[in-house]
Amino acid sequence: MTIMETRKHGDAADGMVGGRFSRLDGKLKTTGGATYALEQPVKNLVHAVLVQSTIAAGRVVAVDAGKAKAAPGVLSVFTPEDDLGLLVASDWFGNRPDNQPFHPLPREVSFNGQAIAAVVAETLEQATEAAKLVKVSYEETQPVTGLDDPNAGEGRLVDMLSVGWGDAEAAYAAADIRIEAEYRTPREYHVPIEPHGLTVKWEGDFLTVWEPSQWTHGMARTYAEWFNIPADNVRIVSPFIGGGFGSKAMGYTYSAVAAAAARKLGRPVKLAVTRPQTFTAYGGRAATRQTIRIGATKDGVLQAIVHRGASETSVLADFPEQTGAATPLLYAVPNLSTQHRLVPVNTVTPGALRAPGKNPSAFGLESAIEELSYAIGMDPLELRLRNYADHDYQSGKPWSTRQLREALTVGAEVFGWSKRSHEPRSMRDGRQLVGWGIGCGTFPVLKAASEALIRILGDGSVEVVSGAIDMGQGTYTILAQTAAEVLGVPAEQVDVKLGDSSLPGATVAGGSMLAGAITGAVHKAATAARDELIGLALNDSNSPFRDTGANTLVIADGRISVPRGEGPSLTLAELMSAIGRDRIETQRNTLPEGANGPEDHKRSWTTMANIEGPTAGDLSMHSWCAHFVEVKVDEDFGTVRVSRVVSAFDCGRIYNPKLAESQWRGGIIMGIGQALLEEGLIDERFGRVINNNMGDYLVPTNADIPHIQVISVGIPDHDASVLGGKGVGEVGIVGVAPAIANAVFHATGKRVRDLPITLEKLI
Amino acid sequence: MRAFTYERASSVEAAAKAAASNPEAKFIAGGTNLLDLMKLEIETPTHLIDVNDIGLDKIEPTQDGGLRIGALVRNTDLAAHETVRRDYGLLSRALLAGASGQLRNKASTAGNLLQRTRCPYFYDTNQPCNKRQPGSGCSAIGGFSRQHAVIGTSEACIATNPSDMAIAMRALDAVVETVKGDGSRRAIPIADFHRLPGDTPHIETVLEPGEMITAVVLPPPIGGRQIYRKVRDRASYAFALVSVGAVIQSNGTGRIAVGGVAHKPWRVEAAEAELPNGARAAAHVLLADARPTEENRFKVELVERTLAAVVSEARG
Repeated sequence: MTIMETRKHGDAADGMVGGRFSRLDGKLKTTGGATYALEQPVKNLVHAVLVQSTIAAGRVVAVDAGKAKAAPGVLSVFTPEDDLGLLVASDWFGNRPDNQPFHPLPREVSFNGQAIAAVVAETLEQATEAAKLVKVSYEETQPVTGLDDPNAGEGRLVDMLSVGWGDAEAAYAAADIRIEAEYRTPREYHVPIEPHGLTVKWEGDFLTVWEPSQWTHGMARTYAEWFNIPADNVRIVSPFIGGGFGSKAMGYTYSAVAAAAARKLGRPVKLAVTRPQTFTAYGGRAATRQTIRIGATKDGVLQAIVHRGASETSVLADFPEQTGAATPLLYAVPNLSTQHRLVPVNTVTPGALRAPGKNPSAFGLESAIEELSYAIGMDPLELRLRNYADHDYQSGKPWSTRQLREALTVGAEVFGWSKRSHEPRSMRDGRQLVGWGIGCGTFPVLKAASEALIRILGDGSVEVVSGAIDMGQGTYTILAQTAAEVLGVPAEQVDVKLGDSSLPGATVAGGSMLAGAITGAVHKAATAARDELIGLALNDSNSPFRDTGANTLVIADGRISVPRGEGPSLTLAELMSAIGRDRIETQRNTLPEGANGPEDHKRSWTTMANIEGPTAGDLSMHSWCAHFVEVKVDEDFGTVRVSRVVSAFDCGRIYNPKLAESQWRGGIIMGIGQALLEEGLIDERFGRVINNNMGDYLVPTNADIPHIQVISVGIPDHDASVLGGKGVGEVGIVGVAPAIANAVFHATGKRVRDLPITLEKLI
Repeated sequence: MRAFTYERASSVEAAAKAAASNPEAKFIAGGTNLLDLMKLEIETPTHLIDVNDIGLDKIEPTQDGGLRIGALVRNTDLAAHETVRRDYGLLSRALLAGASGQLRNKASTAGNLLQRTRCPYFYDTNQPCNKRQPGSGCSAIGGFSRQHAVIGTSEACIATNPSDMAIAMRALDAVVETVKGDGSRRAIPIADFHRLPGDTPHIETVLEPGEMITAVVLPPPIGGRQIYRKVRDRASYAFALVSVGAVIQSNGTGRIAVGGVAHKPWRVEAAEAELPNGARAAAHVLLADARPTEENRFKVELVERTLAAVVSEARG
């Protein structure tokens, strides 16, 4: 079995890994057979409904729950008066204050839409009705509602995010060509098709939580710590997830409320966060602003980048949306300085949304690069190639693999870039202005250990078992492919069980790292299972292979036989029967020897402390992409429609082109929404999200999405992962918004530096 | 959602009578707007009278050569009707520019005329809104007003009417036929049907309590180029920032009604008289009294541009 052999990407003749398999869970999902967390049938269930604050800052003075408690079916109303008996849990890295009480329904209000009470009733309707009867009195203070609030200030410099080399200020001042501009991105939200919520049940001190989860083990740890019970007492069940995009990797305050209510009431509780409530029940992408200065020679050689950015965070916690995340990586530049500030405002703590940091960072940098191209009068493709980074200037390390030059050249060729006329407003299609733009993207390779169990059963079928999750990206499918390839069986013969914290440990489905991590574990466990099976076949007294004299066997197409075709050939079922085994089980993880004890497992599966960054070793490892976008602008109305996209990706080896392409397209579609539509509107008077529903928070419809051609130009990168892949899930959105903004400038001569590009900015 | 009782009316008269006997009752047809509003408790009827089975689902020619559209004709069926497509193309196009296929399959003609504003403050029950809670104040004034009205507004309300269909009906001089609880009937010109907000923005039409729409009548066809142009943020499934419904004759005269700018379909006959002088002239009269906010000032410009595009298309 030669899994390490390089295969041409996307070729239908590919083998198991690299083949275009459809999603194994697709039929279940499309036929309604997949049970989601809020559909879990649980007997004796009661319903919790949240009450959210209607002020942005201040204090709950009193909660009058009298009417609510008296309403039909109401079992209990939880308010800031109630001590739910919880303790603060660890952060992502496993750091935890000792015995600090956790009040998920706080008295202090720090943002509009903060959960401050919850009503539990026999039915959802009763709880919803009673929640409206809860009367809250506040003592209000003046909120800071956003980056532009006069009281927001400049924010606090985050030292650890400062990057620099050379003397950027001096080199900028001395440069022939200088550009400077400020770019802004608004609050953006995940709006997954499956809204958030959970069903929770206690049996004694054992807690089962059905909740969509990008990280079953991490969330199990959180619940265990909240309730001060052993981690093994908590089971997070999340076999199917209707999209996460970063929003389902942790337990939120409402999760704690639901679980605490269930414990107090002694009944299972379901809490469904309504769509409007999701806009403040957890954080979306923080609003950002960034100023970029670029100095270059007259012939387009970069001399300096000076980058100053800021993002908002909450007054409760720091979550930097790192505006400088992509800046040091994309181009060769001898002098660079980036800094990032955090501005606390009265918002829910922002969170990770597809390519956090890289996304707004690339919007700034890739817009600025094209601004420079016009300042110099040079084709923006040529400018990018001229400043191609042959190594990582930040770390000084060589790239592991970087096919960005290929992405740019292949993308340009397929797109037809050479037919572009550089002058703005110089291309038309009838009445409409046509514009072409480029945006490059990058996303780091993050590495983490994971664990998997392989079972070969008596009937020859194979089970892959892991607590890793599939939120639509295709984990089920690629793990079946991986096991099938190692074990020489058809993929249909492999069953994959995922999404349960009681199963072997796995890292978070975030940072585009799960596929690399979990395929490595499955590959290792499956190899061990294959070796064990072959060992038994050669040595078991009842095995027909025992006397063949062979010193190894091969498994292919579900049959085990002697190499070169001499001797017996058995199906796996026949062999298992012959040797009298009903199962072979191997559990393996990818932790290093010597660091593979229980504490290492806990640290690796339930925290992010052991995750290795892109430059942890001798190399610098990243995924790359180049987007080529065509827009058509109806100048009468200022309306922009994206009419064509060609994007070329270097994500290393692609395990399943059909699924990878789907993720890339999904990222590009999200990027189109970000560029043209999406914006959380915050009423400055109340710090309240006004468009907190899918009628007013616009995401693209089918009619907004043109043909999107995606191309893989990657080569296997075995430094990045066991099977040679790099991250696929997030890089696709990075660079889309600037490509569109650049195309809009090319079409109209108008540079829009604050997203989204709505029509009034163009008329 | 509040508890409510429900009955399925068997005839027009029975429905009207049932409504007359209960001031807390509402008619329900497609429910595409009402049910959402009930879930949010913005509408809290104690009784629903289902009017889906009272025979108002026909489209028939009138004696004078016009068209009578039953109140319960679905938007999809109306848009696809052969006579509508041939003689009242504006109506068909306006309908198809609105909502989604699924919603149009359910939404009724009368319900479309009665759909309520999409002002986000109307929907957010934690915020004051004179339309939702008379006298509580208008949050949109001084708040987010990009989507809001630029003309015909009041100190009490700057909401818009979100209907695409109503713009076409206004340009086509439709007449709304109704029945009251006492069995009396009346015909209301569409121009008089929707009200400006004034100081009673919660009263959106001239319908009296319990009065039911039975049909919308279109006068005989007037020919001309019939164009509906809707400008919106995304390509589909979004309300108009500005829309223009127009019937332009070959001599340059015509009718124009504008959506997305007012509490009702906005049509000014004096502006139409300026049409032969060009879109700019017509737009100036049409929006002469506009009082936009900082955030929706662009709509004034957008109306002129949209109108110009429509006039140009009609000439082309």
